[in-house]
Amino acid sequence: MAALLRGRAWKYGDNVDTDAVIPARYLNVSTPEALAEHCMEDIDAGFAQRVRAGDMIVAGANFGCGSSREHAPLALKGAGVSCVIASSFARIFHRNAINIGLPILECPEAASASETGHMLEVDLEQGTVTNLDTGQTFEAEPYPPFLLGIVEAGGLIPYTRAKLGA
Amino acid sequence: MGQTIAEKILAAHTSGEVASGKLVEVQVDMVLANDITAPISIREFAKLGVKKVFDRSKVALVPDHFAPNKDIKAAEQCKALREFAKRYGIVNYWEVGRMGIEHVLLPEQGLVLPGDVVIGADSHTCTYGALGAFATGMGSTDIAVAMATGSIWMKVPETIRVIYRGERQPWVGGKDLILYTIGLIGVEGARYQAIEFAGPTIAALPMSGRFTMSNMAIEAGGKAGLFEVDEATRSYVEGRAHRSWTAYDADPDADYARVVEIDASEIELQVSFPHLPSNARPAGAAGTIQIDQVVIGSCTNGRWNDLVEAARVLGGRQVHKDVRCIVIPGTQEIYLRAVREGLAAAFVEAGAVFSTPTCGPCLGGHMGVLAAGERCVSTTNRNFVGRMGHVESEVYLAGPAVAAASAVAGRIVGPEEVLD
Repeated sequence: MAALLRGRAWKYGDNVDTDAVIPARYLNVSTPEALAEHCMEDIDAGFAQRVRAGDMIVAGANFGCGSSREHAPLALKGAGVSCVIASSFARIFHRNAINIGLPILECPEAASASETGHMLEVDLEQGTVTNLDTGQTFEAEPYPPFLLGIVEAGGLIPYTRAKLGA
Repeated sequence: MGQTIAEKILAAHTSGEVASGKLVEVQVDMVLANDITAPISIREFAKLGVKKVFDRSKVALVPDHFAPNKDIKAAEQCKALREFAKRYGIVNYWEVGRMGIEHVLLPEQGLVLPGDVVIGADSHTCTYGALGAFATGMGSTDIAVAMATGSIWMKVPETIRVIYRGERQPWVGGKDLILYTIGLIGVEGARYQAIEFAGPTIAALPMSGRFTMSNMAIEAGGKAGLFEVDEATRSYVEGRAHRSWTAYDADPDADYARVVEIDASEIELQVSFPHLPSNARPAGAAGTIQIDQVVIGSCTNGRWNDLVEAARVLGGRQVHKDVRCIVIPGTQEIYLRAVREGLAAAFVEAGAVFSTPTCGPCLGGHMGVLAAGERCVSTTNRNFVGRMGHVESEVYLAGPAVAAASAVAGRIVGPEEVLD
């Protein structure tokens, strides 16, 4: 896991649901690359074409609400998104992101102080978000040790493999 | 300190200490996935390097979302599900012609019982809380791990207790109670929390209405939506269960994050306007909203009582000439009963479509996708932007009575407006 991430912010509001992240009509495929082509399509039609590797999503409360589709974090990962920073996350999206190794940080202050186009730097080990355009640094909610174990293993599958002794 | 229903059920399924906020490893009684979520689970399962699933009878795979296959890619996904089920000897796999909408099917088949812990790669897995089971939606990777190991990590949730008092108004059902409640507490009002639905109004609510309420706990951000087991639960489970089960009641001194008291006698028929389930208002205050389509069905409202309610309104009347009305029973058992008892004929005579079970239109998959500018009254559970089709289409959530009445009127109305 790269401890230091750097990328441009894409800012969205509250209650960005999983139908917005990846509309259900595209769920007849499941690879990150195929899903990425339609990522955020219904709320930001140009996103999939313009997003660059390393970019970050910044959003308000309850990001990822709605369906349980793991396709949502997979689409973001496939699009090259390196991290999602939100005021809060919906429960299932939170699990899914941790499980597939997509870094997410709960940090309302960083979310409200960042705008689309700002260059952000995230230190996953320290749990900090720095807005390089404004110079402000924010501390995110730290992961509980158990979750950190999954994150450090690279996701739930490698974590479970290690546990099973496979 | 006493315990909530969620704490008691989880305590019975883990060796860890159970208190809200604790992370515990939980043994599961049933693991579920569908044709959209299972393909990822299958892919991740293969990476675990295990030779078999933890228990062939405790895994359920249901091709219901894009089935009967809506296109070639969907056909490939259903095929992957079918081949996995065969290869690993999965007992609970249903082919098209026998399958139903997962959250209607599993309780009907007696596969989920009070006191169970159920996890499913579908957010509406919380439906089974109506039976007094702890059931919650997770992602495909979680399901892959649970299929292999029979256990999963979770955080013990805090609980909100919602108490309903008073007699329901005519036609008001579980859908109206839950839309009203989500309107009250908001789409993240129960985020990370379990909800206990309780009170005298609930005691008088049939199981179908309870399934509808538990189903939509997720639309308030809830992890589970639980009911205590009573006579209605027992008579539902009797004859369906093939194993023993346990009822868990909340202790009187259980610790709740919040208690919400609602005078249910005040609740009118509800409609949730675009684009959030929390935009609930009385159907009578909808104004003049012309509609193009009505969908009656889904894991929220595809049960027998829902069809009966719709038939009471549609029977002997005609669907408005400018409206497509699509009625979808939740399972083959309900479908057959509707054929035998004349409901199917009543719907077709009214000018409605009567379809085989599928989730299709609810998520804009097939069987009723909306064009730009079209409006749909739907008994489903989500009205997000683009949920049922074009990004400029609109979904209005309601119960079967309002949906059926709106189909007749061509605009959003309650049943009293179309009944003579």
